[in-house]
Amino acid sequence: MKVAQENHHEEMPLSPVIEAKNLTKIFGDLTAVDNISFNVYPGECFGMLGPNGAGKTSTIRMIYGLSPITRGALAVFGLDIAQNTRAIKSRLGVCHQDNNLDPDLTVKQNLEVFSRYFNMSPAAARVQAESLLRFMALEHRKDARITELSGGMMRRLVLARALLNTPELLILDEPTTGLDPQSRHQVWERLGELKAKGLSILISTHNMDEASRLCDRLIIMDHGGILVEGKPLELINQHVGHDIIEVLEPNQALRAFVRARNMEYEDLGHRLIISTGDGNALFREISNEYCKEGCIMRMATLEDVFLKLTGRELRE
Amino acid sequence: MRNILPLHLSMRFLRVWERNLLVYRQNWKISFVPPLLEPFFYLVAFGVGLSALVGNINYDGSEISYMLFIAPALLAINIMNNAFFENTYASFVRMYYQKTFDAMMATPLTLEEIITGEIVWGATKSVIATSIMLAVISLFGLIRYPEGLLIIPLSVIGGIAFGSIGMIFTAIVANIELFNLPVFLFITPMFLFSGTFFPIENLPGWAQYIAMLLPLTHMVNLTRSLSLGIVDMSLLPGFCYFVISCIVFFPLAIHKMHQRLIK
Repeated sequence: MKVAQENHHEEMPLSPVIEAKNLTKIFGDLTAVDNISFNVYPGECFGMLGPNGAGKTSTIRMIYGLSPITRGALAVFGLDIAQNTRAIKSRLGVCHQDNNLDPDLTVKQNLEVFSRYFNMSPAAARVQAESLLRFMALEHRKDARITELSGGMMRRLVLARALLNTPELLILDEPTTGLDPQSRHQVWERLGELKAKGLSILISTHNMDEASRLCDRLIIMDHGGILVEGKPLELINQHVGHDIIEVLEPNQALRAFVRARNMEYEDLGHRLIISTGDGNALFREISNEYCKEGCIMRMATLEDVFLKLTGRELRE
Repeated sequence: MRNILPLHLSMRFLRVWERNLLVYRQNWKISFVPPLLEPFFYLVAFGVGLSALVGNINYDGSEISYMLFIAPALLAINIMNNAFFENTYASFVRMYYQKTFDAMMATPLTLEEIITGEIVWGATKSVIATSIMLAVISLFGLIRYPEGLLIIPLSVIGGIAFGSIGMIFTAIVANIELFNLPVFLFITPMFLFSGTFFPIENLPGWAQYIAMLLPLTHMVNLTRSLSLGIVDMSLLPGFCYFVISCIVFFPLAIHKMHQRLIK
């Protein structure tokens, strides 16, 4: 096993499902993916986080063979992607970021026609489509047109479609973007069940809640490179600590206080964010002495890590 | 061109073709209307209405009625339009708006199979429409059989050629409005000047040379000969024209689509 993975993967001796080594993708002047290396192991849910333009989708497109790699090496199921695209794609399930269900077909036809692209027999396609419609709670809409479905139903159908060929690796590109909380939780629940069955999952997202909930391990990407790699909780403890104290309208006395104590903090002008190991005593002190407009203490989240590492400026 | 190695193109293109057939079967009643009514309208308007003014036409050394002259042209135009419009507007909608190709490319299908499936589907539409139209025109007694039946296999090869040309435009246009350019600069002039409604000999000399370069001119010559029961060596140049068109434009369509979609 490679040196880079030794820290994280003593417990995973299996050969990786995805092995990316010095992977680079260049479009003209733009380096979309810049020399990244990571492995995804069987049965794990691996997250790719990053702001827009970080290189997540470009990486995913290379993994399913739609985008030739510029430099480096990329193997899926131990097979080189450039040489074995068809064999690899027949073992993958891909859930695109855009809704690309077939609007000319009904819900059930979408699944049956798609199974045929995997050369499944019409009979097997029908059985598989029915069982996935049940799994995704879409049975009652099987004859509906795609345009009649809600956003959540469409997502579940895209997910069902990605499972038709009983894939060994499921690739999800922002699976819950634009969904209401109910639909989002339903998708998460289904993904949790699939994970429990041992399916390997690669998920790209900028929903931090989703990443902490689903991912065993993740990378945070920016400008085509990998900033950090690790387990969600480890990354939180390592980069921001356990607790976060947020103070609204902080005064100069508080600023002097945090500077004097050499604390880790971020000053947003109207809001001061202090990250700390165990915040209880500190929070009592701050709320007694310095808190005018309001202050709260909360658990540190992946979002704090994300914003700390990728900054707060807009990516448009 | 490594894109057309056998490795990338298997019989799986039929899965894409089947998908289009399934959608077509859901609306077949509507799809059947144009090839049923179009020849009827044209034959009545041009044939009955105009032939009184035009009289007979001298074709290939013999006098034929104006109806007999234009009926095969309607078939040729129909072969062109069905494949060309399917592989421009309809394929573009599937590729660009519906993202159907993106979804297909995440399956074991290759881009080569997707584009082949689309072009073969365009040709299939030409064949279906041609068969219907042939039946309608036969009711007017304007087709010689059995030679006229060869128009059906001709519509396969013509459909692939016109569909491939359409697919090349689909690969290069930025948006759907831009199809107006090939339609008005390529399809419409061919519709009017390819020996369809009057013999190309009526054109000025220089224009005759241009007309001889256009695919529809050759398609009209072929359908007209076959409708009149002529099957001889005079068909060979036109036939070769379409075989060469397929050999050139079909791989070019796949190549251009590769440039557009695989980045």
